[in-house]
Amino acid sequence: MIVELGHFALILATCVAFIQGTLPLAGTLRDNVRWQNAARPAALLQFTLIALAYGILTYAAVTNDFSVRYIAAQSNLLLPLPYKVASVWGGHEGSLLLWVLMLSGWTLAVALFSERLPLAMVARVISVLGLIAVGFLLFILFTSSPFERLLPAPADGRDLNPLLQDPGLVIHPPMLYMGYVGFSVAFAFAVAALLSGRMDAAWARWSRPWTVVAWVFMTTGIALGSWWAYYELGWGGWWFWDPVENASLMPWLFGTALIHALMVTDKRGGFKAWSVLLAIGAFSLCLLGTFLVRSGVLTSVHAFANDPERGIFILILLALVVGISLMLFAWRAPKATLGGDIGLVSRESLLLTNSVLLVVATAAVLLGTIYPLIIDALNLGKLSVGAPYFNAVFVPLMVPVIFLMVPGGIAHWRENRLRALANDMRVPAIAAIATGAAVWLFTDRGTWLSGMGSALAAWVVVGLCVQIITRLQKPGRIAPSFWGMHLAHLGIAVIVIGITFVKGYEEERDVRMSIGDTVSLSNYRFQLTDVAIADGPNYKALRASVEVSKDGRVIEVLEPEKRKYFSSAMPMTEAAIDYGWFRDLYVALGDPIQGGAPQWSMRVYYKPFVSWLWGGAVLMVLGGLFSISDRRYRKGSAPQIA
Amino acid sequence: MKKFLIPFGLFMVLIAFLAIGLKRDPKEIPSPLVGRVAPAFELATLDPAAPPFSPQRMRGQVWMLNVWATWCVACRQEHPLLVAFSRANQLPIVGLNYKEVQVQDRPQGVAVDAEGQLALARQKGGTWLQRYGNPYVATAFDLDGRVGINYGVYGVPETYLIDQAGVIRYKQIGVLTPEILQDRILPLVKQLTAAGG
Repeated sequence: MIVELGHFALILATCVAFIQGTLPLAGTLRDNVRWQNAARPAALLQFTLIALAYGILTYAAVTNDFSVRYIAAQSNLLLPLPYKVASVWGGHEGSLLLWVLMLSGWTLAVALFSERLPLAMVARVISVLGLIAVGFLLFILFTSSPFERLLPAPADGRDLNPLLQDPGLVIHPPMLYMGYVGFSVAFAFAVAALLSGRMDAAWARWSRPWTVVAWVFMTTGIALGSWWAYYELGWGGWWFWDPVENASLMPWLFGTALIHALMVTDKRGGFKAWSVLLAIGAFSLCLLGTFLVRSGVLTSVHAFANDPERGIFILILLALVVGISLMLFAWRAPKATLGGDIGLVSRESLLLTNSVLLVVATAAVLLGTIYPLIIDALNLGKLSVGAPYFNAVFVPLMVPVIFLMVPGGIAHWRENRLRALANDMRVPAIAAIATGAAVWLFTDRGTWLSGMGSALAAWVVVGLCVQIITRLQKPGRIAPSFWGMHLAHLGIAVIVIGITFVKGYEEERDVRMSIGDTVSLSNYRFQLTDVAIADGPNYKALRASVEVSKDGRVIEVLEPEKRKYFSSAMPMTEAAIDYGWFRDLYVALGDPIQGGAPQWSMRVYYKPFVSWLWGGAVLMVLGGLFSISDRRYRKGSAPQIA
Repeated sequence: MKKFLIPFGLFMVLIAFLAIGLKRDPKEIPSPLVGRVAPAFELATLDPAAPPFSPQRMRGQVWMLNVWATWCVACRQEHPLLVAFSRANQLPIVGLNYKEVQVQDRPQGVAVDAEGQLALARQKGGTWLQRYGNPYVATAFDLDGRVGINYGVYGVPETYLIDQAGVIRYKQIGVLTPEILQDRILPLVKQLTAAGG
């Protein structure tokens, strides 16, 4: 009964979303303030109803109500409680419900934190968000209801996919969804600006903090996913250019470009149409990602159960949302006023170059991701696009992006003499060349690639030191957003270091070991001392003990496992990792080898600086948080032109 | 205005490709084996008294080779269809049991010799077929998966349709559904039997 209540709440939410999507918007067209005023209460009501529906589904999961088809498919009596709660978003239907819950949450946040915005703007933004919610709610109700019953109820559920039974993966999807959905706010602001017909810079100011928050969530989500892949999948990789990873990377790249373009629109009134286009693009890529993941048009490790009907529904939704907003763009954007003069060498032009490069990089990733689909659609055969393509295309595009971070930060607004700019960049340039040459020539196995990576990192780090010192010499309080920007840029440099050293200097061994065997890697000695059976709550495992020693001293005992979950035939690899500031030691237990004395295949890795990848992401997230703590965003909306 | 329509135009091209892509199945990989003679093999079967099975034995008739295993969850899903289909007696189905004995059947890597593995596989496979029904005229055990490699087994279950001359005519990766059976396999069978006379 209570489950049906959830279903009913979702239907009501759809009706409320419809009103929220139409009435305030109509109010802005007819100058009816009462209709516009309906936006905020509608957002609150919609959130309450969806939260109720979501809460009921969680209740059904926690109380093992296997008469609900979705719960029976995702959960199991033996599943530990936190995973039961997480199982709600473990599958297609529930994760969509989480999606709309977050969308209504973001809408509510806009309703609450928009006191200083003109009512008409709030009404438009909340209406646009309401219309998106209508689309997704109808999608859930018609094709993917998580409240469907399964009668007679099975005695036990099928269990959550063992790969998902991991703390990292429990938080990864909600973070990523918060990012995906968060870009809908920037999108709604952009569309509202187009609707208003007044393409001034104010909307950019208002949407900046929202965009940064969405970007922060998305960065966290991607980093968690990558970290999870690293420690859970058992082959030590951290990025696979899988279609679904790309689906999250593309809006992230666009979002990054958007954050920088919005800065120019806000401060200098320039790039208005470009910022609007980026905002539409970022959310469109989120929707495209949803389509790619859930329609089954591409093969991916992140397989959701596929259903062509769902694919058609999302495709129509995508075509409507993006098609209409791009038509609106073509209609209204030509009216956008131009901002102040921009010199050829100026912070504006450098930021523009960077956002164009980021868009081109996104296009390259998009092309690689859907290339198999295009070729198949043209009847030219079946193929897949792998990491070599992406590395060959993406890296050369990112190098200039990172290079331009330094002049972009140093250059003045409006106009900068090229010679003066070059003069300011002397120190970072010398530091970069010296570091690059040293790494290339003086490390074992140094290559020009590792030299270039280190040079880029040094360039960015020294470049931002120069900027900070210059700023400290000037009077006046330094805004948190200044520190936020440099923290995020430092994060990029840290990630570059991580990638450079893992790619250039990692060592790996694939060995077969009996008890007592040893293998050496870098300065470390690994000895297999034992393999025993271990019991988990819903799995059985083989657990190996591997003694790691350096200079004859045991520094760590690693215990990689091979788990067999009761609910699944696939064995799971649980790698054991000794984390370190400058290196990780990684051991994965493989299959027993047949015949003779007991032997196991083992994979052992020495991964220098790998933790810097995620450390850099943490810095970027902190940078984002710092910059939104800026008081500027919370004060009145008086224009502030630097 | 015109240049502002470019994003819309590009997007529509993308949508067109995605719409066509929806109708395709990316998992449907054309097997290079279709149109070739089924690789030969000789494997022990479920019945210890029976001689080893070889595809040679099926010459002159259209038959189906179904790759399965007791550890394969999806096989249980398609199994009722196979059992029902076998009752219709339209064509013989041969089971190819793929890597029945798995790592987890051998705790701590204790090795079991080939004879022991075959006995264990017969016991596990036989019990499973008793429980869910046996649609197969014969069940061959591919314990080390070598025959599977020759056939390009990609994931269990898989089903092959082989004609009178021993040529593979169709390959189904994944679960067999009534639709696939009705719309793809049976018309092909009809065509092949008509041609073979």
